[in-house]
Amino acid sequence: MSAAEQALLSHEQPSILPELAPIDESSIDPQRMAAKLAALQEGGISFIETLSIALKSLTANKLRSLLTALGIIIGVAAVVALMAIGQGSQSSITASIAANGANRLTIRSGASNSGGIRGAIGGSQTLTIKDAEALKKPNNAPSISAVSPEYNGNAQLVAGSQNTNASVIGVEPAYTIVNNVSVAQGSFISDDDNTYTNSVVVLGANVAKTLFPTGDPIGQKVRIAGQQFEVVGVLTAKGGSGFGSTDDAVMIPLTTAQRKLFGGKALNGAKLVSSIAVQAKDENSIDQAISEATLTLRESHKLPMDGSADDFSIINQQDILESINETTQTLTIFLGAIAGISLFVGGIGIMNIMLVSVRERTREIGLRKAVGAREGDILLQFMLEALIISIAGALIGLLIGLAIAYGVSAAGLIQAQPSAGSAVLAMGFAMAIGLFFGIMPARSAARLDPIESLRYD
Amino acid sequence: MNDAMIQVRNLRKTYHMGEIEVKALRGVSFDIQRGEFVAIMGPSGSGKSTLMNMLGCLDTPDEGQYLIDGLAVEKLDRDMLAAVRNRKIGFVFQQFNLLARQTALENVALPLVYQGGIPLKERMERAQRMLELVGLGERLDHRPKQLSGGQQQRVAIARALVTEPALLLADEPTGNLDSRASEDAMALFKELNKRGITIVLVTHEPDIAEHAQRVLTVRDGMIASDKLNQPQAPSRVAQAAGATSAPALGGIL
Ligand SMILES: Nc1ncnc2c1ncn2[C@@H]1O[C@H](COP(=O)(O)OP(=O)(O)OP(=O)(O)O)[C@@H](O)[C@H]1O
Ligand SMILES: [Mg+2]
Repeated sequence: MSAAEQALLSHEQPSILPELAPIDESSIDPQRMAAKLAALQEGGISFIETLSIALKSLTANKLRSLLTALGIIIGVAAVVALMAIGQGSQSSITASIAANGANRLTIRSGASNSGGIRGAIGGSQTLTIKDAEALKKPNNAPSISAVSPEYNGNAQLVAGSQNTNASVIGVEPAYTIVNNVSVAQGSFISDDDNTYTNSVVVLGANVAKTLFPTGDPIGQKVRIAGQQFEVVGVLTAKGGSGFGSTDDAVMIPLTTAQRKLFGGKALNGAKLVSSIAVQAKDENSIDQAISEATLTLRESHKLPMDGSADDFSIINQQDILESINETTQTLTIFLGAIAGISLFVGGIGIMNIMLVSVRERTREIGLRKAVGAREGDILLQFMLEALIISIAGALIGLLIGLAIAYGVSAAGLIQAQPSAGSAVLAMGFAMAIGLFFGIMPARSAARLDPIESLRYD
Repeated sequence: MNDAMIQVRNLRKTYHMGEIEVKALRGVSFDIQRGEFVAIMGPSGSGKSTLMNMLGCLDTPDEGQYLIDGLAVEKLDRDMLAAVRNRKIGFVFQQFNLLARQTALENVALPLVYQGGIPLKERMERAQRMLELVGLGERLDHRPKQLSGGQQQRVAIARALVTEPALLLADEPTGNLDSRASEDAMALFKELNKRGITIVLVTHEPDIAEHAQRVLTVRDGMIASDKLNQPQAPSRVAQAAGATSAPALGGIL
């Protein structure tokens, strides 16, 4: 006991402490009581004020807020960019397949494998020019409107000081119909060229640009695998991805390819071809065309009509499309899952920092409660902080994702297609993550006891 | 009917720290009328802060009754308690408890933010008036770190007053102040009391307690004495007790 207190006590008069009876609370006027309680329930901080408190505390520590949002930023940017690139490459593949002719069927040697895309590679060559002639007869295959036998190889092309490697395709005039290509300059390979095995060549758009960057290629000489050819035409550019594009190929007469350039072998006296592309009359006759072609070829190959395996396979463009769509879909789901995981990890980052922040600000929370903040006010403040971080992070991530998508497109790699769907999905997911991971720290803040918190250090 | 500001009956509070039980309050009863100026004294650890925290609705007793302004506190849910703290009570902490990142003005305006419905401009005006009242009109934009201990204490007092509460509770408000600053603070309290605010303050110092009309002494968690200070005429208390409605500070200041 201090000296001062002792001094006080010595002067103290004997105090009379009256007995105080317990208060009979039922005697309190219930109406006055109800009015007072109702008054206490009125008012309170508005949503906007709480929002501004949340914003202030986030901007008071900008670097930390940014770092907290980083997981969400990267996650959303990844979702948006990957989806855009995935979508872009899918549609460019789809477009180039459609550009090749949607009603096209490709016939190759060898039995089809289970995937149905490609015949057995390296199997014996069974397709000859005779098969093509058989398919051309309208009585054999009335549903087939055009037949284009092809003989492919690769060769070096030299024109003056320029040279390039390109796919060289031996063709007949029907090639343009079946593959949906047109000539931009000059003319295409004619029947006469085939009859006389002329050394003429039609250049794909990219090849023409590479070999003749400046001048007009028509009438110029090009050496293909050392032999001299004359350029008679240039194809219109198709664009799109390189998948089966004619832009990077050159066409020469089929007979020239077989006899002069690639030294094609013969089977039973008929020259072999690499493949035969045929066009069905229309979309609805594709199945009919397939069965007509099968019958015709089995007959031509002298295979018995007993259900035994074909020695050739017929590939439908639709099958290719479906299989590509399947693949890209799997890829998209896979990428989405990775991006989802990174968003989830970002959410854990938010929760972690929010928990630290609640602990750091324990005294502040205690003080706010002491001067009248309700539990809901504190809960809302911290929920808003988590939500603002995740939404702002998602917006920044969206911008970065779009920038990546446009950057990839501008660089000419892939025409990325950012979709509103992926943006909405990523934003919604980020928001849900903010809510989900924000609720725990916010509740722990709201439940703090004011007196305990004020004592905390 | 009894229209006391504070009615306390048989308040008990026990802290449990593992095996050890600390009986901080062991049955405290008293009334404080409207307009009274009461000092609470007592040795360290006697339960003064525990009692003040309960009067301030910051803590709840284990047992006993507490009526503030005729409202039974144990019947109030947590949100209502928050509203009581916000509107009926101004609490001055011994440690000030100012928000370090906010200016004096923002600190003082904080209770008005949680009261709600008051536009920013009005909040700032009222906070400024309070700071002028405590003599800090020149320090509106200073942060707590840039203020002396006495100035911080006055900011804390301004914050307790800004909602114009009927009851001002102060736990050792002069504990961190030198005698000069303490006298200033007491002059302010007396002035506020004259304007009708009920004041309860905890102090160790008899000089400070002298300023009050009535001194409650707490010992071992119980009221040991309850006496009126000599210079004050009893009529003063009676007269003050006659004031029924909460004082409208804004009108006077
Ligand atoms: N949170 C707590 N947990 C455990 N014991 C506590 C707690 N708060 C107070 N006490 C104990 O309760 C008793 C009363 O404490 P209180 O703070 O009310 O004393 P006080 O009269 O304010 O003392 P002082 O004058 O030193 O401030 C003390 O013995 C103290 O140790
Ligand atoms: Mg104390």
